[in-house]
Parts: sequence; C-alpha cells; structure tokens
Amino acid sequence: MPRNPWIDLLSSMRFAVSLLSVIAIASVAGTVVKQGEPYANYLNQFGPFWFRAFEAIGLYAVYNAPWFIAVLAFLVASVSLCLWRNAPVMLREMTNFRERLGEQSLRNLGHRATLRTTLAQEAASARVAAYLRAQGYKLRAGVDEGTAVIAAKAGSANRLGYLFAHAAIIAICFGGLLDSNLPLQARLWRGDKTPVDPNMLLSEVPGSGRLAADNLSFRGNMFLPEGQSSATAVLNVKDRVLVQELPFTVSLKKFHIEHYSTGQPRLFASDVIVTDRDTGRSFETTIEVNRPLIHRGIATYQASFDDGGTQLRLTGHHLLAPRSVPLDFSGRIGESFALTYGGAEYRLELTGFRPFNIENVADAAPEASGSRTWLDRLRGQLGSSAGSKDKRELRNVGPSYSYKLRDGAGQAREYNNYMLPVEVDGRWMLATGMRERGSDPFRYLRIPMDEGGGIDGFLTLRRALLDEGARARAAKAFAAGAASGPSVSATMREQLAVSAERTLETFARGGYRAMAEFLERSVPEAEREQAASVLLRVLQGATWETWQTARVAAGQTRLAPDTSRARFVDDALNAVSDSFHYGVPVYLALREYDEVKASVFQVSRSPGRNIVYLGCALLIIGVFAMIYIRERRIWVRVKPDGEVLVGAACNRKTMDFDREFERHRAGLAAALDH
Amino acid sequence: MELAQKQAAGFEPRRRWLDWAYICMLALGAVYAWQRYSGFMDVYEVGVLFLAVPVFGTLGWHWRGLRNLVVAAGLVALWAISLYHQDLARADQVFLLKYLVSSQSAILWMCALFFMATASYWAGFFARSDFACAAGRGLAWAAVVMGFTGLLVRWYESYLIGPDIGHIPVSNLYEVFVLFSLITALLYLYYESRYAQSLGGFVLLAISAAIGFLLWYTFDRGAHEIQPLVPALQSWWMKIHVPANFIGYGAFALSAMVGVAYLSAGSPTFAARLPGREELEDLMYRSIAVGFAFFTVATILGALWAAEAWGSYWQWDPKETWALIVWLNYAAWLHMRLVKGLRGPMLAWWAIIGLLVTAFAFLGVNMFLSGLHSYGQL
Repeated sequence: MPRNPWIDLLSSMRFAVSLLSVIAIASVAGTVVKQGEPYANYLNQFGPFWFRAFEAIGLYAVYNAPWFIAVLAFLVASVSLCLWRNAPVMLREMTNFRERLGEQSLRNLGHRATLRTTLAQEAASARVAAYLRAQGYKLRAGVDEGTAVIAAKAGSANRLGYLFAHAAIIAICFGGLLDSNLPLQARLWRGDKTPVDPNMLLSEVPGSGRLAADNLSFRGNMFLPEGQSSATAVLNVKDRVLVQELPFTVSLKKFHIEHYSTGQPRLFASDVIVTDRDTGRSFETTIEVNRPLIHRGIATYQASFDDGGTQLRLTGHHLLAPRSVPLDFSGRIGESFALTYGGAEYRLELTGFRPFNIENVADAAPEASGSRTWLDRLRGQLGSSAGSKDKRELRNVGPSYSYKLRDGAGQAREYNNYMLPVEVDGRWMLATGMRERGSDPFRYLRIPMDEGGGIDGFLTLRRALLDEGARARAAKAFAAGAASGPSVSATMREQLAVSAERTLETFARGGYRAMAEFLERSVPEAEREQAASVLLRVLQGATWETWQTARVAAGQTRLAPDTSRARFVDDALNAVSDSFHYGVPVYLALREYDEVKASVFQVSRSPGRNIVYLGCALLIIGVFAMIYIRERRIWVRVKPDGEVLVGAACNRKTMDFDREFERHRAGLAAALDH
Repeated sequence: MELAQKQAAGFEPRRRWLDWAYICMLALGAVYAWQRYSGFMDVYEVGVLFLAVPVFGTLGWHWRGLRNLVVAAGLVALWAISLYHQDLARADQVFLLKYLVSSQSAILWMCALFFMATASYWAGFFARSDFACAAGRGLAWAAVVMGFTGLLVRWYESYLIGPDIGHIPVSNLYEVFVLFSLITALLYLYYESRYAQSLGGFVLLAISAAIGFLLWYTFDRGAHEIQPLVPALQSWWMKIHVPANFIGYGAFALSAMVGVAYLSAGSPTFAARLPGREELEDLMYRSIAVGFAFFTVATILGALWAAEAWGSYWQWDPKETWALIVWLNYAAWLHMRLVKGLRGPMLAWWAIIGLLVTAFAFLGVNMFLSGLHSYGQL
C-alpha cells in the first residue's frame, strides 16, 4: 500500500489524542453551560454580545454542534484507519510464531538466559517442549543449521483485545451518530422541514413542520394531561420545535404519585391506553420510571409530570375597599384573566397547583448545637441510621396554588396561596406569599382565622378600619369605655376619642409604618418609646371597638373580650399592616379545586442502540483482554553441544513478566537437568 | 525472588481445609437464605444469591484476607442483627448496639480505626518499625470489618424503618463514601499482601481525607440518615452500577497515592524506605488498569440503566460527560505507558491529576453542576 502523508496523519495516535482532547474540552464547556435551555435564559445570563457569540459557536447545544459532530466523525475515521492498517498485522502476529528468530536477535532480547544440559539434543528439546506446553504455551519446533529451535507463545488473544476495543469505539460512535440529531440536521439543511414557533397550535402546524411516523431516529417530548390523547411528540430545535407523528395514540387515564411517609416521592406512574393508528387495536398499560413502554420500536418513558389544567374555584376579596362584594370565578391552571381592582387593570395568570405540601412543622431545636459538648454530639450520632432522632414533625399542610398578577406596566408579582389554614403558635392562619422576583423567597402575609374558622372576621374588621364613619363611631365608643367614671371630664373623653380616631386613621392609611412615621414627626425622641406603647394600646383598644361596632352593624352580637380574641386583634393588625406590602389590593382565596395532572413522556426511536450495545460488549471484552492477557513469546535454541539459549519477549513491559521469566528459567533449568 | 516466595506462601496447602470450610459455609448460607427468603426474591435476585457463592469463594480462595473479611463482617453483622429483635429503638438502648455494632456506631468506629491505622503506618514508615506497620495493617483490617458491618447493618436497619424503604446502602453520597474508603483500603491491602509493603501511610492518607469529609458530612449535615429511594433509583441496575464505579474510583485513588509515593522518593529519607521506583510504577499501572477496566464496565452499566430510566443511553448529562472525560484521561494514560513506553515522574503526576479529575466527576459535578444525577426531583 503506497503511503499517503494525509492518511499517515489521520491514522496517527497523535492525531487521535488531539481529537480526544478537543472532545474533552468541548464536553467540559457543555457541562458548565446548561444545555438546551430557553434562549431567553442565555440572553439574561450572558448579555446580548456574548449571547450572540456563544450562539454562533453552538455553545447551547455543544454536543449537536456541527463542529463537534465533525470532530467525532474525524475520530471515527482516524480509529477506523488505524484499525484498517493494524488489523492485518495483528492477525498475522496472532498466528505467527516467529520461529525464524536468529541466534543474534535472541541474544539481543531483554529477557535471555543461557543454560547447559547434558541431555541429547532431541531429548532436551522434547523436555523443553513438554515444559512449555505444560505452562500453557503453544509452540512450533524446527531446526536451524543443526540447532533445534522451539518458538512458543501464549496470550495471543491480547491482539484480539486490541481489535475488539478499537472496533468498539467505531461501533459506539457510529451508533451514537445514528441516534444523535444528525439525521434531523441533515433534513433541515436540505430545507424540506422548517421548525415552527413552540406556541403554535398543533392543528395549525403545516406539513413542513411535521415529521412522518416512519422517521428513523428521533427523540421528543409528549405533554399529556389526564383524560387527553396524543399521537405526536415535540422535538426541540434550538428555540423552535418540530412535530413528530407517532404510529400510535397514547391516552392518559390517570397519573399517580405515591409518597413515602417522609414525604419523598415513591412512585410516578401513568396508566395509559395505547391505540395503534394503523390497525386500530388498543391495549392498556402502565408506564413507570425505570419501566418504559416499548411499542413498534418506539420507547415511551415517564420523564416528568406537571399540572394538566387543574380547575380552580376562587374568590377575590378586595382588601382596600370599605364596601365590596367578593367575586367568585373559576379558571384552569395555564389560563389568564383580566381583573380590575381599585381602578387598576391586572392580568391574572394561574401558574401552578400542588395538591399537598409536606412541611416540617416542629419547633426549631431548643438548644443551640454550640452549647452541646462534642461528646454529646458524638453520642447523638451513635446508634441506628434512622432519621428520627432530631426533632422533626412532617405534616401535610394541604393544597396550594400559585399565580402571577401583571399590572398595566407589564410588571408581574408572583403569589403562592395555601387553601387551608396552618397552625402557628396555637392560632390558625391562612398564608399567602408574594415575591417580586422569581429568585426571591416568598414573603408571607398571614391572615388570622375567626372563631368560625373563616376569614370573614378579618375582612369585617379590615373593611371597618377603612370606613371613616365606622372609625369615628368606634373611637367614640372606645373613649366612652376606656375613660369612664365620674372623675373623667367630657373634654378628656373628647380628646381621647379624637386621638383614637387619628390613630385608627393613620394605621388604616399605612399600617405600623405610617404610625412610626407619625411618631417620628410629632414626638421628641426621648418620649417616643413611651408614646409608642400608649399609642399601641389605644390602637388595640380602638380596633377592638371597631370590630365590635362592625359586628353589631352587620347584625352580629358583641363579643366579650378574652385573651384569644385579643390575640386575634393583634394578628389582624399585623396582617393589615403587612397587606400594605402585598402589592395588590386583592386576596384570591381558593375555595375548591378539581385536580388534573399531566404526564410528560419522552418518546424516542433509536436505531443505533443495538450497535452501541454491541460496541459496549466488544469494549468490555477488548479492555479486559488488552489489560489482563499479555502476549508472551519464548524462544529456545538447543545446540548440539548442550548449550541452551533461552530468550523471551512480552508486548507489555511489566514486572509480572520479569517474574514469569525468572520462573521459566528455573523451570527450564530443572527440566533440562536430569 | 523474595516476592515469588511470598506469592507461593499464599497457597500454603496446610490450611486448605479452611478454604473448603469457607466455601461450604458460603454455599450453606446461600441455600439457607434461599430456602427462607426465596418468596421475596425475583429470578435475578436468586441468581445473584447463588452467583455470590462462586464469586466470593474464588476471591477468598485466592486471597485469604478477603476470606477472613467475609467471615468476620458476616458474623459480626449477623450478631448485631440478632441483637435488634426486629426493633429499631434497641439501637439506642442495648449497650453493645449503641456503642459498637449499630450501623452508625460501626461506621464511626471504622472512621476512628482508619485514622489510627494511618498514624500507625506512618510511625512504622519513619521508625522503620515492622511492629507499627503490622499494627497499621491490623487496624486497617479492623476498620474494613467495621465498615462492612456498618453497611450490612444499615441495610437491615433500612428495612426496619419500613419494608418499602429498605434498600441496599449504595444510594447516596454518604453510603458511597463509606464504600469508597472500604474499597480503596481493600485494594491496598491486597497489593500489600502480594507485593509492596510500606505504602500504607500514603494510601491511608487518601482514605483519611475521605473519612474527614464523611465525618463533616455526618455531623454537620446529618447525611447519615437513611432516605428512601426516589423512583429514578428504584432499579436493579443501581446495585451493580454503583459498586463497579467505586472499584474504579478506589483503584484510581490508590494509583494516585502510589504516584505521590513515587514522587516523594525524590527525597532520600523517603527513597530509603520505599520500594524501588520500578516497583512503584508497576503498582501504579496495575491499579490504573483495574480501575480502568471496572470504570469501563460501570460506565456501560450506567448507559444501560440510563436507557431504561431516562430514555437514552447517553445524553451528555454532566455526570456522564465527566465520566467520559475520566475514561479518556486514563485511556490516554494507558496508551502512553503501553504503546509509547512512557515512564517516569510524568506518569506519576498524571495519575495524581487523574485523581483530581475523578474527584471532580465524583463530587464536583454534584456540587457545582446540575443534571440528571442530582436526585432532587424526578
């Protein structure tokens, strides 16, 4: 074969190692930059300039970038050439005993020895042959100018190991390329398919955005709500999609999640009905994590789950209007509505629903770990590994749902509301969280429950606080109750009523913050603390009266004061004060829900899979053969005068072979010594 | 020649009957377990149970140390289990369980014993004291017995928490760190019994580092608590993928520490106490070869599992990608040594860097990169 310098380069180990280095470096880049995210995320992360630059080099899908595939292709070419050139040599070597190795070459071997024997030449070579055979060597015997020559070898399978391991690399890369999105890329380059916008309705996707069911290799997602069916999967192509037709329809009957007592998920499973589109035959089956469905060469995996459009029935309570009717409405997760509150337009987007929330409701550890000695800590660690030793009390605190409210300027706030109240220090509160940025934690507004277990008590109080007339009436009643007795003049009562009314008005305008500002403005610093505590007592007393007056106005009875009711007033004041930072004047309470779950399946057809598996099997055999089988050769030349030359070589220079040679030298010497 | 004799001593025919007794014990144990628990096993599990007899039999036949370990850890674990009376609370009540053989206590004993072994080996190394080295070896063996006991008892405890929670303890970072320490120690003890002496201090340094992490992880993070398996991990593949991986990691750690020994042989103090450089290079090659072979198997098992759980045998998940990088790195190492005939400090440095890359693949990916291997969500 005439040698071509290009082919020499391509099949050289240096070239292969360079390719491997490029693959390794590109792979590292691919693990540092999250792959396949929505493009908007990258734009946020890198800024417009680097976003473009990274997009140009395909950093968002490194492993599918044309240059990466090209490097892989070069690697396959290089290893193939290397195999092509070396395989004949290897195969020849496997069967070749090299019995023509001359005396001089033998004397140049790294392992050699000279022995003497008194046996006749023939008997001596027979003993040598017997010894080597017993040691597992295959041999050829011959005569070279009167010298008996025995050429022996063992471990030729090592060469097969080489062939297997390198063929394995080719098989794995080839199979992998078949299953990669290379075939899809080829179709896109040819231009007969055009990806479409991901928000396009399925029925509107034109033929150029669809791939036929006989497509050889693909991998896509299928989002399937309970009670619905789908016969297509969605393939992501950069920030657009293609629709892959499937030869069968999948209908999701039910999606199950089961949990351990500790709250971790135990099972994700989808009960589905699969109907063949050609024959119309259908069957029922369950797809679980680690138990995919394989039908007509297409594997369907449980990849994830989501909300499939849970129906929520909500009540909107206006928090800033003294008189308003609660608004009942219903909607599904994923839908959005227009709402008007306090003259402002909002867009409500229902984003998520959780049927339960398992949370640790135990008190924080009473003793700080710092106060314990190391011996105590050690003792605490001894024993079983069950996780019940620390104080932890897991409880399901019920359903929650989340939504976004977008104001006229497009600014969105995110909310997370619980359906049921939770117990906080012996009182029941309804929690609703708000955050302005997705990266912040939710800040919770806690609405105290009234004695009937509802939020009406709070709302009555809230509305009365907003009503100027109600405040005035309550302030008067408070002054009459607090400053009674003959020694109190009418002027004093009057003054108290005015100051109570002003306190209520200040609080109703801006909560505790407004009161603090008022104090800062009008009271010298030295007296502020005392004034604050007086003001607080006035506020609590006047609020109590506000509540009772409002109850009477609503046809309810006055309540007798007690500690738990006083605490309710405190909690209600806190909630009112916090509601000024709630962002919107509406609280959306969840009354009822109808849960609809959705399964997310991964659907794939990978024709290269079996080739890859074959490659894997070859690789394992090859690696073990290359490492653990050593090709060893021994030559023995028995001269007529009784001199015996022994030489040995191994294609792996290890100390094991040094030892083995020592053993054979001793063994041969013993065999030749009668 | 000395080495050859030592090798021959491992096959002392006088005590062969003990080996036979060991194999009979394994076989009887398997039959007993099968007869008693076969109702709970599927066909694979029965296969694994009976395959364990020839596997552990052969390993024990060729290496007495492992035979003794199987017997010792098995007996201690069974004794511990018998103390439980199927009641998890007894781990905190029965003195011997609380302070010796409950899972967490046994693992903490393992930690303490590994530290003591490290100190002992180093004392023996510098004082050239055979006694201290032998003590180091004894302590390391004791640590391995306690470690395996701890894992076995942990396995049992997981079933006491709840029958649906029980699983083999190779499912989270804490459990595999224990496994890593044990496998690294076992690989070293094997080579010590066969070839070099005096490397115990070096190898146990790597184990001590792992133990340090383990203790921090236990005391600071409470990572020792048994957690149930999330659905992605409920697979038969986990039971073989993870241990195969850790034989690889253990062997890579061993080779790196031999690399450290090789480089420290530059100083005369060390050189006088270490085996010859050629011997160290050979040991480095051997452990990388073992590690590479098992790592190949483990990665392929991982691919088979991924095909079943995630729908693709390879999808460039960060953990997969880093496994590939580790694999390529050691493949290059082996090529350079075997094909190009590279020798010398370069290979030792490379083995050490290889361990850093491996450590990143093992820990760094979990800490810094997100992907499918972070079992936070489905």
